Amino acid sequence: MSRKKKKSIETDVTASRREFLRSSIAAGGAIFAGSAAAYADSDPAITDLQEWSRYLGKGVDRAPYGVPSEHEKHVVRRYVGWLTASVESSVNFTPLHELDGIITPNGLCFERHHGGVAEVEPEKYRLMINGLVEKPLVFTLDDLKRFPRKNQINFLECAANSGMEWRGAQLNGCQFTHGMVHNVMYTGVPLRYLLEEAGLKTNAKWIMPEGGDASGMNRSVPLFKALDDCLIAFKMNGEALRPEQGYPARLVVPGWEGNMWVKWIRRIEVGDEPWHAREETSKYTDLMANGKARRFTWEMDCKSVITNPSPEAPLKHDKGATVITGLAWSGRGTIPRVDVTLDGGRNWHAARVDGPSLDKSLHRFYYEFDWNGAPLLLQSRAVDSTGYVQPTKDELRTARGENSIYHNNAIQTWHVKNGGEVENVEVS
Amino acid sequence: MLKSPKGTPMRSALAGAALLACLAVAKVQAEPSKSFGLGRPATVEEIEAWNIDVRPDGQGLPKGKGNAAKGEAIFAAKCAICHGDFGEGVDRWPVLAGGGDTLKSEDPVKTVGSYWPYLSTAYDYIYRAMPYGNAQTLKPDEVYSIIAYILLMNDVIEDDQFELSNENFTAVRLPNEKNFIDDLRPDTPTLKQAEPCMKGCKTDVKVTRRAQVLDVTPKNEDETAGRGAID
Repeated sequence: MSRKKKKSIETDVTASRREFLRSSIAAGGAIFAGSAAAYADSDPAITDLQEWSRYLGKGVDRAPYGVPSEHEKHVVRRYVGWLTASVESSVNFTPLHELDGIITPNGLCFERHHGGVAEVEPEKYRLMINGLVEKPLVFTLDDLKRFPRKNQINFLECAANSGMEWRGAQLNGCQFTHGMVHNVMYTGVPLRYLLEEAGLKTNAKWIMPEGGDASGMNRSVPLFKALDDCLIAFKMNGEALRPEQGYPARLVVPGWEGNMWVKWIRRIEVGDEPWHAREETSKYTDLMANGKARRFTWEMDCKSVITNPSPEAPLKHDKGATVITGLAWSGRGTIPRVDVTLDGGRNWHAARVDGPSLDKSLHRFYYEFDWNGAPLLLQSRAVDSTGYVQPTKDELRTARGENSIYHNNAIQTWHVKNGGEVENVEVS
Repeated sequence: MLKSPKGTPMRSALAGAALLACLAVAKVQAEPSKSFGLGRPATVEEIEAWNIDVRPDGQGLPKGKGNAAKGEAIFAAKCAICHGDFGEGVDRWPVLAGGGDTLKSEDPVKTVGSYWPYLSTAYDYIYRAMPYGNAQTLKPDEVYSIIAYILLMNDVIEDDQFELSNENFTAVRLPNEKNFIDDLRPDTPTLKQAEPCMKGCKTDVKVTRRAQVLDVTPKNEDETAGRGAID
């Protein structure tokens, strides 16, 4: 392929679509359906023989474990340096604005560690159950895989997702404001089977899952939840858990805050009282304006966010057919209803939920409309199957003040400006 | 041989989840539990090796003792590089002392003295996770000494010769214990209170706050500092 031809392809790809549109309209080319007027010249993307159409591509096995297109290299987790003291006890964020549907690819699931990623050797993996049980037991990974398995698609949201936004609009991107959530199909063993194998004593009321990592992460989980829908999972989206997601096994606690989903789980102690571990006292408690702090705030409230357009994903086309899309979820059930406003909450429109509507899973919604090119104040508002209505930020601040860090599930506003640029704002 | 789990009476902390609990118990009891004959008994030595948790009632406290004078030296050697000599916190590492009367302010400082409800959390956490990067290596006497020093820095004790031990540990109470309350959600209007408005809900809409004013969003490798923390 000639150098000149290659350069022209790159230029087309890197120019913004708006610039491309203007130049191609001038040249007579066009992208839009419906604007059939100015098609004098033809599109070189069609009339030029492309290199991929002429030359053989790479063969099989170029990448035995496949990777995304080189044109998608920008679709990665991102990190906010000033949030934490070190990368081993820190967080990065899922690029929600680059994804669609409801499943999060494994390599894009946000990470939160408290002592770095434990590199557990699977042949040395052990899960112990002790405490108020008839017989304390030890399982290997192979033992776990001999129990009946269950598949569940569940979201995992950090309780601190959107935690930087309590006092006002701060981070200018959906990845940073809402990216501490992912949605994965887990394969694992119902925790109930393991606890029953050890034999629960009659005074058992709580369990304490504990990680094998350098933070020894531990939380108290009430027994009713452990016996209901918790899993010890060893697969995510069909393949082994990623190391950063707890390989070889983690706890799945559907609908409850992500910190409880102990990774690299090595032990479960059964007890009659909660442990009041550091992550359920010093952290993951919600400080109210009056100085009182709520504890054991496990459930993740109903929440939604428009992922496109958003600050990292501006509108790049002119007025006309426009798709708004986003995610909605609830730790209490499913999402039967999402409303979208274009005018900062004056008027709302029913959005369309498309794809599976599963318990404690992300839901994908769309709202299609003809944009007139004028500025927009976009919001989405979800209602869950229990009748919980996603609140405004002011409603949350009135109820709790601004110091609680956790459980900010407020309605998010994006300001779409002239030209399609988008900013994180709050409105009256 | 295996028992069906009993319906456990809900603690007050769990009142909001009681209905869920009833449903869960009903479901569990509907399916008889069976043994799969998998796993093997844990040995006493194995349980001792991993059973490191400590509860507010003192369950799990190992035998040992230490005072703040000894604790200060250990703290200086093993903890101060991140937490500062007086628990004031270096950079963004956690502040361990002070912060009294800040919980209602715009900038609450949540320390062992100002916020933590139970001292057992300090033992449980320090042994399992500290020193950062060299976890589960401290001896019980070292942990008791460090905790005594943390209590001294927080004015919970005044005598640096006071011997904190597994015998008197649960007698030490932290000042903020009474300020922890149950989960009160939902605390905003649900469908039971009001159907969400769809038309003509507001007359005037103004932008009141903007992210670009703060400009703390990472671009390239910028490391500008914003407000708040995620932990």
